[in-house]
Amino acid sequence: MATRQTQGLARLMRAPAIILLLIWMIVPLCMTLYYSFLNYNLLNPGMTSWTGWFNYQYFYTDPAFVEAIWNTLVLVLGVLFITVVGGIAIALLIDKPIWGQGIVRILVISPFFVMPPVAALIWKNMIMHPSYGVLADVAQFFGASPVDWFAQYPLFSITLIVAWQWLPFATLILLTSLQSLDTEQMEAAEMDGAPAYARFLYLVLPHMARAITVVILIQTIFLLGIYAEILVTTNGGPGFASTNLTFLIYRAARLNFDIGGAAAGGIIAVILANLIAIFLMRAVGKNLD
Amino acid sequence: MARATSRNARIGWTVAAWFVALLIFFPILYTIITSLKTEQEAIAGFDLIPSFTLESFQTVQSQNNYWRPFTNSVILAVGSTLLALIVAIPAAWAMAFSPTKRTKDILMWMLSTKMMPAVAVLVPIYLIFLRTGLMDTRIGLTVLLMLINLPIVVWMLYTYFREIPGEILEAARMDGASLRDEILYVLTPMAIPGIASTLLLNIILAWNEAFWTIQLTTTNAAPLSAFIASFSSPQGLFWAKLSAASVMAIAPILVLGWFSQKQLVRGLTFGAVK
Repeated sequence: MATRQTQGLARLMRAPAIILLLIWMIVPLCMTLYYSFLNYNLLNPGMTSWTGWFNYQYFYTDPAFVEAIWNTLVLVLGVLFITVVGGIAIALLIDKPIWGQGIVRILVISPFFVMPPVAALIWKNMIMHPSYGVLADVAQFFGASPVDWFAQYPLFSITLIVAWQWLPFATLILLTSLQSLDTEQMEAAEMDGAPAYARFLYLVLPHMARAITVVILIQTIFLLGIYAEILVTTNGGPGFASTNLTFLIYRAARLNFDIGGAAAGGIIAVILANLIAIFLMRAVGKNLD
Repeated sequence: MARATSRNARIGWTVAAWFVALLIFFPILYTIITSLKTEQEAIAGFDLIPSFTLESFQTVQSQNNYWRPFTNSVILAVGSTLLALIVAIPAAWAMAFSPTKRTKDILMWMLSTKMMPAVAVLVPIYLIFLRTGLMDTRIGLTVLLMLINLPIVVWMLYTYFREIPGEILEAARMDGASLRDEILYVLTPMAIPGIASTLLLNIILAWNEAFWTIQLTTTNAAPLSAFIASFSSPQGLFWAKLSAASVMAIAPILVLGWFSQKQLVRGLTFGAVK
Protein backbone atom coordinates (compact mmCIF):
# COMPACT_ATOMS: atom_id res chain seq x y z
CA MET A 1 0.00 0.00 0.00
CA ALA A 2 2.71 2.38 1.04
CA THR A 3 4.79 1.54 -2.03
CA ARG A 4 1.82 2.12 -4.30
CA GLN A 5 1.40 5.50 -2.69
CA THR A 6 5.07 6.35 -3.21
CA GLN A 7 4.85 5.17 -6.82
CA GLY A 8 1.87 7.44 -7.40
CA LEU A 9 3.67 10.34 -5.82
CA ALA A 10 6.78 9.62 -7.87
CA ARG A 11 4.71 9.64 -11.05
CA LEU A 12 3.23 12.97 -10.06
CA MET A 13 6.71 14.39 -9.40
CA ARG A 14 8.05 13.20 -12.75
CA ALA A 15 5.07 14.34 -14.78
CA PRO A 16 5.70 18.10 -15.14
CA ALA A 17 9.24 17.69 -16.50
CA ILE A 18 8.20 14.92 -18.89
CA ILE A 19 5.11 16.73 -20.14
CA LEU A 20 6.98 20.01 -20.65
CA LEU A 21 9.76 18.32 -22.61
CA LEU A 22 7.26 16.29 -24.61
CA ILE A 23 5.43 19.46 -25.65
CA TRP A 24 8.72 21.24 -26.32
CA MET A 25 9.86 18.39 -28.56
CA ILE A 26 6.68 17.54 -30.44
CA VAL A 27 4.74 20.76 -31.01
CA PRO A 28 7.41 22.93 -32.69
CA LEU A 29 8.74 20.00 -34.71
CA CYS A 30 5.27 19.18 -36.06
CA MET A 31 4.77 22.85 -36.91
CA THR A 32 8.11 22.89 -38.75
CA LEU A 33 7.07 19.79 -40.67
CA TYR A 34 3.73 21.39 -41.60
CA TYR A 35 5.28 24.70 -42.68
CA SER A 36 7.86 22.89 -44.78
CA PHE A 37 5.10 21.89 -47.21
CA LEU A 38 3.71 25.42 -47.52
CA ASN A 39 4.57 28.21 -49.86
CA TYR A 40 4.58 30.80 -47.10
CA ASN A 41 6.44 34.08 -47.14
CA LEU A 42 6.02 36.57 -44.31
CA LEU A 43 6.21 39.44 -46.81
CA ASN A 44 3.24 38.02 -48.65
CA PRO A 45 1.23 35.91 -46.21
CA GLY A 46 -1.96 36.18 -48.28
CA MET A 47 -0.43 33.99 -50.99
CA THR A 48 0.14 31.02 -48.66
CA SER A 49 -0.56 27.70 -50.37
CA TRP A 50 0.30 23.99 -50.21
CA THR A 51 3.31 23.14 -52.35
CA GLY A 52 4.20 19.56 -51.46
CA TRP A 53 7.89 18.82 -51.82
CA PHE A 54 8.76 22.07 -53.60
CA ASN A 55 10.58 23.64 -50.61
CA TYR A 56 12.77 20.57 -50.21
CA GLN A 57 13.62 20.48 -53.91
CA TYR A 58 14.31 24.19 -53.84
CA PHE A 59 16.47 23.90 -50.76
CA TYR A 60 18.67 21.00 -51.74
CA THR A 61 19.16 21.95 -55.38
CA ASP A 62 20.35 25.38 -54.22
CA PRO A 63 24.15 25.51 -54.65
CA ALA A 64 24.32 27.37 -51.32
CA PHE A 65 22.89 24.28 -49.61
CA VAL A 66 25.71 22.03 -50.79
CA GLU A 67 28.23 24.66 -49.77
CA ALA A 68 26.59 25.05 -46.36
CA ILE A 69 26.63 21.29 -45.71
CA TRP A 70 30.29 21.18 -46.70
CA ASN A 71 31.11 24.16 -44.47
CA THR A 72 29.23 22.56 -41.58
CA LEU A 73 31.30 19.39 -41.92
CA VAL A 74 34.58 21.28 -42.26
CA LEU A 75 33.77 23.43 -39.23
CA VAL A 76 32.70 20.51 -37.02
CA LEU A 77 35.56 18.20 -38.02
CA GLY A 78 38.15 20.99 -37.93
CA VAL A 79 37.17 22.06 -34.42
CA LEU A 80 36.95 18.45 -33.21
CA PHE A 81 40.43 17.71 -34.54
CA ILE A 82 42.03 20.80 -32.98
CA THR A 83 40.28 20.44 -29.63
CA VAL A 84 40.83 16.70 -29.18
CA VAL A 85 44.49 16.68 -30.21
CA GLY A 86 45.21 19.98 -28.45
CA GLY A 87 43.15 18.93 -25.44
CA ILE A 88 45.12 15.70 -24.98
CA ALA A 89 48.43 17.56 -25.30
CA ILE A 90 47.47 20.31 -22.85
CA ALA A 91 45.92 17.85 -20.38
CA LEU A 92 49.16 15.83 -20.36
CA LEU A 93 51.13 19.04 -19.85
CA ILE A 94 49.01 20.31 -16.96
CA ASP A 95 49.09 16.87 -15.33
CA LYS A 96 52.90 17.08 -15.02
CA PRO A 97 54.26 18.22 -11.66
CA ILE A 98 54.31 21.94 -12.34
CA TRP A 99 54.28 25.03 -10.16
CA GLY A 100 51.03 26.98 -10.10
CA GLN A 101 48.87 24.20 -11.50
CA GLY A 102 45.70 25.77 -10.12
CA ILE A 103 46.29 29.06 -11.89
CA VAL A 104 47.30 27.35 -15.13
CA ARG A 105 44.02 25.43 -15.03
CA ILE A 106 42.04 28.62 -14.48
CA LEU A 107 43.77 30.38 -17.37
CA VAL A 108 43.23 27.45 -19.73
CA ILE A 109 39.56 26.96 -18.82
CA SER A 110 38.63 30.65 -19.11
CA PRO A 111 37.71 30.89 -22.83
CA PHE A 112 34.84 28.46 -22.25
CA PHE A 113 33.02 31.04 -20.14
CA VAL A 114 33.24 33.78 -22.74
CA MET A 115 29.87 34.12 -24.48
CA PRO A 116 30.03 33.41 -28.23
CA PRO A 117 29.41 36.98 -29.51
CA VAL A 118 32.12 38.36 -27.21
CA ALA A 119 34.60 35.64 -28.19
CA ALA A 120 33.98 36.35 -31.86
CA LEU A 121 34.28 40.13 -31.45
CA ILE A 122 37.48 39.83 -29.42
CA TRP A 123 39.08 37.73 -32.15
CA LYS A 124 37.68 39.85 -34.93
CA ASN A 125 38.84 43.19 -33.53
CA MET A 126 41.67 42.57 -31.08
CA ILE A 127 43.46 39.67 -32.72
CA MET A 128 42.63 39.26 -36.39
CA HIS A 129 41.80 42.79 -37.53
CA PRO A 130 43.95 43.55 -40.61
CA SER A 131 45.10 46.95 -39.32
CA TYR A 132 44.60 47.05 -35.54
CA GLY A 133 44.80 43.37 -34.58
CA VAL A 134 47.67 41.78 -32.69
CA LEU A 135 48.38 39.40 -35.58
CA ALA A 136 48.78 42.39 -37.89
CA ASP A 137 51.29 43.88 -35.44
CA VAL A 138 53.16 40.58 -35.35
CA ALA A 139 53.21 40.39 -39.16
CA GLN A 140 54.52 43.94 -39.39
CA PHE A 141 57.19 43.17 -36.82
CA PHE A 142 58.50 40.42 -39.07
CA GLY A 143 58.18 42.64 -42.13
CA ALA A 144 55.30 40.66 -43.61
CA SER A 145 52.08 42.18 -44.84
CA PRO A 146 49.09 41.65 -42.55
CA VAL A 147 46.45 39.09 -43.51
CA ASP A 148 42.80 40.06 -43.83
CA TRP A 149 41.70 36.86 -42.10
CA PHE A 150 37.93 37.07 -42.48
CA ALA A 151 38.09 38.09 -46.14
CA GLN A 152 40.75 35.60 -47.21
CA TYR A 153 40.18 32.61 -44.93
CA PRO A 154 36.68 33.11 -43.51
CA LEU A 155 35.90 29.50 -42.60
CA PHE A 156 39.37 28.84 -41.22
CA SER A 157 39.15 31.98 -39.05
CA ILE A 158 35.79 30.92 -37.62
CA THR A 159 37.12 27.39 -37.02
CA LEU A 160 39.97 28.92 -35.06
CA ILE A 161 37.65 31.02 -32.89
CA VAL A 162 35.32 28.12 -32.15
CA ALA A 163 38.28 25.82 -31.43
CA TRP A 164 39.56 28.41 -28.94
CA GLN A 165 36.17 28.36 -27.21
CA TRP A 166 35.96 24.56 -27.01
CA LEU A 167 39.59 23.68 -26.33
CA PRO A 168 39.10 24.34 -22.58
CA PHE A 169 36.13 21.99 -22.45
CA ALA A 170 38.09 19.15 -24.10
CA THR A 171 41.13 19.85 -21.93
CA LEU A 172 39.16 19.91 -18.69
CA ILE A 173 37.34 16.64 -19.38
CA LEU A 174 40.47 14.86 -20.63
CA LEU A 175 42.40 16.16 -17.62
CA THR A 176 39.71 14.88 -15.24
CA SER A 177 39.96 11.49 -16.91
CA LEU A 178 43.75 11.55 -16.87
CA GLN A 179 43.82 12.27 -13.16
CA SER A 180 41.81 9.13 -12.45
CA LEU A 181 44.51 7.01 -14.10
CA ASP A 182 46.05 4.41 -11.83
CA THR A 183 49.51 5.77 -10.94
CA GLU A 184 50.77 2.40 -9.73
CA GLN A 185 50.21 0.92 -13.16
CA MET A 186 52.11 3.80 -14.73
CA GLU A 187 54.99 3.40 -12.29
CA ALA A 188 55.11 -0.34 -12.91
CA ALA A 189 55.30 0.26 -16.65
CA GLU A 190 58.02 2.83 -16.11
CA MET A 191 60.03 0.39 -13.94
CA ASP A 192 59.69 -2.27 -16.62
CA GLY A 193 61.35 0.19 -18.97
CA ALA A 194 58.36 1.04 -21.16
CA PRO A 195 59.25 4.22 -23.06
CA ALA A 196 57.05 7.31 -22.70
CA TYR A 197 55.31 6.89 -26.07
CA ALA A 198 54.46 3.25 -25.28
CA ARG A 199 53.02 4.21 -21.91
CA PHE A 200 50.94 6.88 -23.67
CA LEU A 201 49.73 4.54 -26.42
CA TYR A 202 48.96 1.45 -24.36
CA LEU A 203 48.00 2.90 -20.97
CA VAL A 204 46.99 6.55 -21.16
CA LEU A 205 45.11 6.60 -24.47
CA PRO A 206 42.94 3.52 -23.77
CA HIS A 207 42.14 4.96 -20.35
CA MET A 208 41.02 8.24 -21.93
CA ALA A 209 38.99 6.57 -24.71
CA ARG A 210 35.68 7.05 -22.92
CA ALA A 211 36.38 10.70 -22.14
CA ILE A 212 37.45 11.36 -25.75
CA THR A 213 34.23 9.77 -26.96
CA VAL A 214 32.18 11.95 -24.65
CA VAL A 215 34.04 15.07 -25.79
CA ILE A 216 33.40 14.26 -29.45
CA LEU A 217 29.74 13.48 -28.87
CA ILE A 218 28.91 16.54 -26.84
CA GLN A 219 30.94 18.97 -28.91
CA THR A 220 29.34 17.71 -32.13
CA ILE A 221 25.88 18.51 -30.76
CA PHE A 222 26.94 22.07 -29.95
CA LEU A 223 29.12 22.59 -33.03
CA LEU A 224 26.30 21.77 -35.46
CA GLY A 225 24.51 24.83 -34.06
CA ILE A 226 27.32 27.39 -34.41
CA TYR A 227 25.62 30.69 -35.15
CA ALA A 228 26.65 33.81 -33.21
CA GLU A 229 30.33 33.49 -34.17
CA ILE A 230 29.39 33.61 -37.86
CA LEU A 231 26.86 36.41 -37.39
CA VAL A 232 29.28 38.87 -35.80
CA THR A 233 32.36 38.08 -37.90
CA THR A 234 31.62 37.29 -41.56
CA ASN A 235 27.82 37.23 -41.64
CA GLY A 236 28.18 34.01 -43.63
CA GLY A 237 30.26 35.56 -46.40
CA PRO A 238 32.00 36.35 -48.60
CA GLY A 239 29.22 34.81 -50.70
CA PHE A 240 28.39 31.64 -48.80
CA ALA A 241 32.02 30.84 -47.95
CA SER A 242 31.40 30.70 -44.20
CA THR A 243 27.67 29.85 -44.10
CA ASN A 244 26.85 26.64 -42.26
CA LEU A 245 23.47 24.92 -42.27
CA THR A 246 22.27 26.77 -39.17
CA PHE A 247 23.19 30.11 -40.68
CA LEU A 248 21.62 29.25 -44.04
CA ILE A 249 18.30 28.44 -42.37
CA TYR A 250 18.50 31.60 -40.26
CA ARG A 251 19.04 33.55 -43.49
CA ALA A 252 16.02 31.98 -45.19
CA ALA A 253 13.75 32.59 -42.19
CA ARG A 254 14.84 35.99 -41.00
CA LEU A 255 16.34 37.78 -43.99
CA ASN A 256 14.26 36.30 -46.84
CA PHE A 257 11.12 35.76 -44.71
CA ASP A 258 10.78 32.40 -46.47
CA ILE A 259 8.99 30.39 -43.77
CA GLY A 260 8.43 27.33 -45.96
CA GLY A 261 12.00 27.15 -47.18
CA ALA A 262 13.47 27.65 -43.71
CA ALA A 263 11.19 24.94 -42.31
CA ALA A 264 12.32 22.50 -45.01
CA GLY A 265 15.91 23.38 -44.13
CA GLY A 266 15.08 22.79 -40.46
CA ILE A 267 13.78 19.29 -41.21
CA ILE A 268 16.96 18.55 -43.16
CA ALA A 269 18.98 19.77 -40.16
CA VAL A 270 17.03 17.43 -37.85
CA ILE A 271 17.69 14.48 -40.15
CA LEU A 272 21.37 15.35 -40.37
CA ALA A 273 21.70 15.76 -36.59
CA ASN A 274 19.94 12.44 -36.01
CA LEU A 275 22.11 10.62 -38.54
CA ILE A 276 25.19 11.91 -36.77
CA ALA A 277 23.73 11.12 -33.35
CA ILE A 278 22.87 7.54 -34.35
CA PHE A 279 26.19 7.07 -36.08
CA LEU A 280 28.09 8.41 -33.07
CA MET A 281 26.02 6.48 -30.54
CA ARG A 282 26.60 3.26 -32.46
CA ALA A 283 30.29 3.92 -33.01
CA VAL A 284 30.80 4.65 -29.37
CA GLY A 285 28.10 2.40 -27.92
CA LYS A 286 30.61 0.06 -26.35
CA ASN A 287 32.26 2.98 -24.61
CA LEU A 288 29.12 4.31 -22.94
CA ASP A 289 28.45 1.77 -20.19
CA MET B 1 72.20 14.34 -9.63
CA ALA B 2 68.85 12.63 -10.07
CA ARG B 3 67.23 15.32 -7.96
CA ALA B 4 68.77 18.04 -10.06
CA THR B 5 67.47 16.61 -13.33
CA SER B 6 64.00 16.12 -11.92
CA ARG B 7 64.07 19.71 -10.70
CA ASN B 8 65.16 20.86 -14.16
CA ALA B 9 62.41 18.78 -15.73
CA ARG B 10 59.93 20.39 -13.39
CA ILE B 11 61.10 23.86 -14.37
CA GLY B 12 60.85 22.88 -18.03
CA TRP B 13 57.29 21.56 -17.73
CA THR B 14 56.27 24.60 -15.67
CA VAL B 15 57.58 27.02 -18.29
CA ALA B 16 55.88 25.07 -21.10
CA ALA B 17 52.56 24.86 -19.23
CA TRP B 18 52.56 28.56 -18.34
CA PHE B 19 53.44 29.49 -21.92
CA VAL B 20 50.49 27.50 -23.31
CA ALA B 21 48.13 28.78 -20.60
CA LEU B 22 49.04 32.41 -21.23
CA LEU B 23 48.72 31.91 -24.99
CA ILE B 24 45.20 30.56 -24.53
CA PHE B 25 44.27 33.29 -22.05
CA PHE B 26 45.89 36.04 -24.12
CA PRO B 27 42.79 37.21 -26.07
CA ILE B 28 40.93 37.74 -22.78
CA LEU B 29 43.93 39.39 -21.13
CA TYR B 30 44.45 41.73 -24.07
CA THR B 31 40.75 42.67 -24.01
CA ILE B 32 41.03 43.56 -20.33
CA ILE B 33 44.16 45.64 -21.06
CA THR B 34 42.51 47.39 -24.01
CA SER B 35 39.46 48.22 -21.91
CA LEU B 36 41.77 50.27 -19.65
CA LYS B 37 43.20 52.27 -22.57
CA THR B 38 42.01 55.45 -24.23
CA GLU B 39 40.69 55.07 -27.78
CA GLN B 40 43.88 56.57 -29.23
CA GLU B 41 46.07 54.12 -27.31
CA ALA B 42 43.83 51.22 -28.27
CA ILE B 43 44.55 51.58 -31.98
CA ALA B 44 48.14 52.78 -31.58
CA GLY B 45 49.65 49.33 -31.99
CA PHE B 46 50.60 46.49 -29.68
CA ASP B 47 51.16 47.64 -26.12
CA LEU B 48 50.59 45.64 -22.94
CA ILE B 49 50.64 48.65 -20.60
CA PRO B 50 47.46 50.72 -20.62
CA SER B 51 47.03 54.13 -19.03
CA PHE B 52 44.51 52.56 -16.62
CA THR B 53 41.69 54.90 -17.49
CA LEU B 54 38.12 53.93 -16.69
CA GLU B 55 36.82 56.28 -19.37
CA SER B 56 35.57 53.49 -21.64
CA PHE B 57 33.66 51.78 -18.86
CA GLN B 58 31.96 55.06 -18.00
CA THR B 59 31.11 55.80 -21.62
CA VAL B 60 29.64 52.35 -22.23
CA GLN B 61 27.51 52.63 -19.12
CA SER B 62 26.20 56.09 -19.84
CA GLN B 63 25.94 56.15 -23.66
CA ASN B 64 25.03 52.64 -24.56
CA ASN B 65 22.54 52.07 -21.79
CA TYR B 66 24.47 49.08 -20.53
CA TRP B 67 22.42 48.41 -17.41
CA ARG B 68 19.28 47.34 -19.23
CA PRO B 69 20.92 44.35 -21.01
CA PHE B 70 22.85 43.55 -17.85
CA THR B 71 19.65 43.41 -15.80
CA ASN B 72 18.01 41.33 -18.53
CA SER B 73 20.90 38.88 -18.46
CA VAL B 74 20.59 38.47 -14.70
CA ILE B 75 16.82 38.02 -14.84
CA LEU B 76 16.95 35.56 -17.75
CA ALA B 77 19.82 33.47 -16.37
CA VAL B 78 18.59 33.31 -12.78
CA GLY B 79 14.90 33.15 -13.67
CA SER B 80 15.21 30.35 -16.20
CA THR B 81 17.47 28.39 -13.85
CA LEU B 82 15.08 28.67 -10.90
CA LEU B 83 12.12 27.68 -13.09
CA ALA B 84 14.08 24.68 -14.37
CA LEU B 85 14.99 23.65 -10.82
CA ILE B 86 11.35 23.86 -9.68
CA VAL B 87 10.35 21.42 -12.42
CA ALA B 88 13.48 19.27 -12.35
CA ILE B 89 14.04 18.68 -8.61
CA PRO B 90 10.86 16.63 -8.11
CA ALA B 91 11.45 14.74 -11.35
CA ALA B 92 15.08 13.90 -10.61
CA TRP B 93 14.16 13.07 -7.03
CA ALA B 94 11.47 10.60 -8.13
CA MET B 95 13.76 9.00 -10.71
CA ALA B 96 16.61 8.64 -8.24
CA PHE B 97 14.66 7.38 -5.23
CA SER B 98 11.80 5.42 -6.77
CA PRO B 99 13.12 4.30 -10.12
CA THR B 100 10.96 2.20 -12.40
CA LYS B 101 11.86 0.00 -15.35
CA ARG B 102 11.43 2.95 -17.66
CA THR B 103 13.53 5.49 -15.74
CA LYS B 104 16.63 4.85 -17.85
CA ASP B 105 14.64 5.17 -21.07
CA ILE B 106 13.09 8.42 -19.89
CA LEU B 107 16.52 9.84 -19.05
CA MET B 108 17.92 8.82 -22.42
CA TRP B 109 14.92 10.35 -24.15
CA MET B 110 15.45 13.61 -22.25
CA LEU B 111 19.06 13.60 -23.38
CA SER B 112 17.97 13.04 -26.96
CA THR B 113 15.83 16.20 -26.91
CA LYS B 114 19.11 18.10 -26.53
CA MET B 115 20.20 16.70 -29.89
CA MET B 116 17.46 18.50 -31.76
CA PRO B 117 19.11 21.46 -33.51
CA ALA B 118 17.71 24.78 -32.30
CA VAL B 119 17.48 26.08 -35.84
CA ALA B 120 15.02 23.30 -36.72
CA VAL B 121 12.38 24.92 -34.57
CA LEU B 122 13.38 28.52 -35.32
CA VAL B 123 10.41 29.04 -37.65
CA PRO B 124 7.60 27.87 -35.34
CA ILE B 125 9.09 29.45 -32.21
CA TYR B 126 9.64 32.74 -34.03
CA LEU B 127 6.06 32.74 -35.33
CA ILE B 128 4.59 31.77 -31.95
CA PHE B 129 6.52 34.58 -30.27
CA LEU B 130 5.47 37.02 -32.99
CA ARG B 131 1.76 36.16 -32.79
CA THR B 132 1.36 35.86 -29.03
CA GLY B 133 3.20 39.09 -28.25
CA LEU B 134 6.01 37.23 -26.51
CA MET B 135 8.57 38.71 -28.89
CA ASP B 136 11.16 40.76 -27.05
CA THR B 137 9.70 39.97 -23.62
CA ARG B 138 11.66 38.64 -20.66
CA ILE B 139 8.97 36.14 -19.73
CA GLY B 140 8.95 34.47 -23.15
CA LEU B 141 12.70 34.11 -23.27
CA THR B 142 12.91 32.94 -19.65
CA VAL B 143 10.51 30.07 -20.33
CA LEU B 144 12.33 29.17 -23.54
CA LEU B 145 15.75 29.07 -21.87
CA MET B 146 14.23 26.96 -19.10
CA LEU B 147 13.02 24.40 -21.65
CA ILE B 148 16.37 24.35 -23.45
CA ASN B 149 18.35 23.57 -20.31
CA LEU B 150 15.79 21.37 -18.57
CA PRO B 151 17.31 18.06 -19.80
CA ILE B 152 20.76 19.01 -18.48
CA VAL B 153 19.30 20.12 -15.14
CA VAL B 154 17.33 16.88 -14.69
CA TRP B 155 20.35 14.78 -15.62
CA MET B 156 22.73 16.64 -13.37
CA LEU B 157 20.39 16.52 -10.37
CA TYR B 158 19.71 12.84 -11.05
CA THR B 159 23.42 11.94 -10.95
CA TYR B 160 23.83 13.86 -7.68
CA PHE B 161 20.69 12.46 -6.02
CA ARG B 162 21.60 8.91 -7.01
CA GLU B 163 24.76 9.19 -4.93
CA ILE B 164 22.78 9.79 -1.74
CA PRO B 165 22.89 6.36 -0.04
CA GLY B 166 19.54 4.67 0.47
CA GLU B 167 20.72 3.11 3.75
CA ILE B 168 20.60 6.52 5.38
CA LEU B 169 16.90 6.72 4.65
CA GLU B 170 16.34 3.27 6.12
CA ALA B 171 18.30 4.21 9.22
CA ALA B 172 16.20 7.36 9.63
CA ARG B 173 13.02 5.35 9.17
CA MET B 174 14.15 2.84 11.78
CA ASP B 175 14.71 5.69 14.17
CA GLY B 176 11.08 6.64 13.64
CA ALA B 177 11.43 9.55 11.22
CA SER B 178 8.29 10.44 9.28
CA LEU B 179 8.38 11.06 5.53
CA ARG B 180 8.38 14.76 6.25
CA ASP B 181 11.33 14.46 8.65
CA GLU B 182 13.13 12.29 6.14
CA ILE B 183 12.88 14.88 3.40
CA LEU B 184 13.48 17.89 5.62
CA TYR B 185 16.32 16.70 7.85
CA VAL B 186 17.97 13.84 5.99
CA LEU B 187 17.64 14.26 2.26
CA THR B 188 17.61 18.02 1.84
CA PRO B 189 20.94 18.72 3.56
CA MET B 190 22.55 15.99 1.45
CA ALA B 191 20.96 17.23 -1.76
CA ILE B 192 21.86 20.90 -1.37
CA PRO B 193 25.44 20.72 -2.71
CA GLY B 194 24.21 18.99 -5.87
CA ILE B 195 21.43 21.51 -6.34
CA ALA B 196 23.89 24.39 -5.85
CA SER B 197 26.26 22.96 -8.47
CA THR B 198 23.41 22.52 -10.92
CA LEU B 199 22.25 26.07 -10.28
CA LEU B 200 25.71 27.47 -10.91
CA LEU B 201 26.35 25.60 -14.14
CA ASN B 202 22.91 26.38 -15.50
CA ILE B 203 23.28 30.10 -14.81
CA ILE B 204 26.50 30.02 -16.82
CA LEU B 205 24.85 28.20 -19.73
CA ALA B 206 21.83 30.51 -19.75
CA TRP B 207 23.98 33.67 -19.47
CA ASN B 208 26.01 32.66 -22.52
CA GLU B 209 23.12 31.46 -24.70
CA ALA B 210 23.34 33.41 -27.95
CA PHE B 211 21.03 31.88 -30.55
CA TRP B 212 17.57 32.40 -29.14
CA THR B 213 18.46 35.64 -27.37
CA ILE B 214 19.52 37.16 -30.69
CA GLN B 215 16.51 35.77 -32.59
CA LEU B 216 13.81 36.70 -30.12
CA THR B 217 14.81 40.12 -28.75
CA THR B 218 15.37 43.60 -30.08
CA THR B 219 15.79 46.12 -27.29
CA ASN B 220 13.43 45.52 -24.38
CA ALA B 221 14.45 42.05 -23.31
CA ALA B 222 17.86 41.86 -25.01
CA PRO B 223 20.43 40.38 -22.63
CA LEU B 224 24.18 41.02 -22.92
CA SER B 225 24.72 38.31 -25.54
CA ALA B 226 22.30 40.04 -27.93
CA PHE B 227 23.50 43.51 -26.91
CA ILE B 228 27.14 42.67 -27.70
CA ALA B 229 26.22 40.93 -30.95
CA SER B 230 24.67 44.20 -32.14
CA PHE B 231 28.17 45.69 -32.15
CA SER B 232 29.27 43.46 -35.02
CA SER B 233 29.24 46.54 -37.21
CA PRO B 234 31.30 48.83 -35.03
CA GLN B 235 29.83 52.24 -35.84
CA GLY B 236 30.12 54.44 -32.80
CA LEU B 237 31.71 51.78 -30.62
CA PHE B 238 35.47 51.61 -30.84
CA TRP B 239 38.17 49.31 -29.62
CA ALA B 240 38.46 50.47 -26.02
CA LYS B 241 34.70 50.77 -25.57
CA LEU B 242 34.07 47.40 -27.20
CA SER B 243 36.63 45.90 -24.83
CA ALA B 244 35.01 47.54 -21.82
CA ALA B 245 31.58 46.25 -22.84
CA SER B 246 33.04 42.78 -23.38
CA VAL B 247 34.81 42.73 -20.02
CA MET B 248 31.62 43.73 -18.22
CA ALA B 249 29.68 41.03 -20.09
CA ILE B 250 32.04 38.18 -19.28
CA ALA B 251 33.52 39.11 -15.89
CA PRO B 252 30.70 37.83 -13.64
CA ILE B 253 30.47 34.50 -15.44
CA LEU B 254 34.23 34.08 -15.67
CA VAL B 255 34.49 34.30 -11.90
CA LEU B 256 31.52 31.95 -11.37
CA GLY B 257 33.08 29.59 -13.90
CA TRP B 258 36.38 29.39 -12.06
CA PHE B 259 34.50 28.08 -9.04
CA SER B 260 32.55 25.51 -10.98
CA GLN B 261 35.21 23.61 -12.94
CA LYS B 262 34.36 20.24 -11.41
CA GLN B 263 30.61 20.66 -11.79
CA LEU B 264 31.15 21.70 -15.38
CA VAL B 265 32.74 18.38 -16.26
CA ARG B 266 29.98 16.46 -14.58
CA GLY B 267 27.11 18.56 -15.85
CA LEU B 268 28.15 18.76 -19.47
CA THR B 269 29.09 15.10 -19.76
CA PHE B 270 25.77 14.04 -18.18
CA GLY B 271 27.69 12.31 -15.42
CA ALA B 272 29.70 10.17 -17.86
CA VAL B 273 33.01 11.68 -16.70
CA LYS B 274 33.53 12.65 -13.08
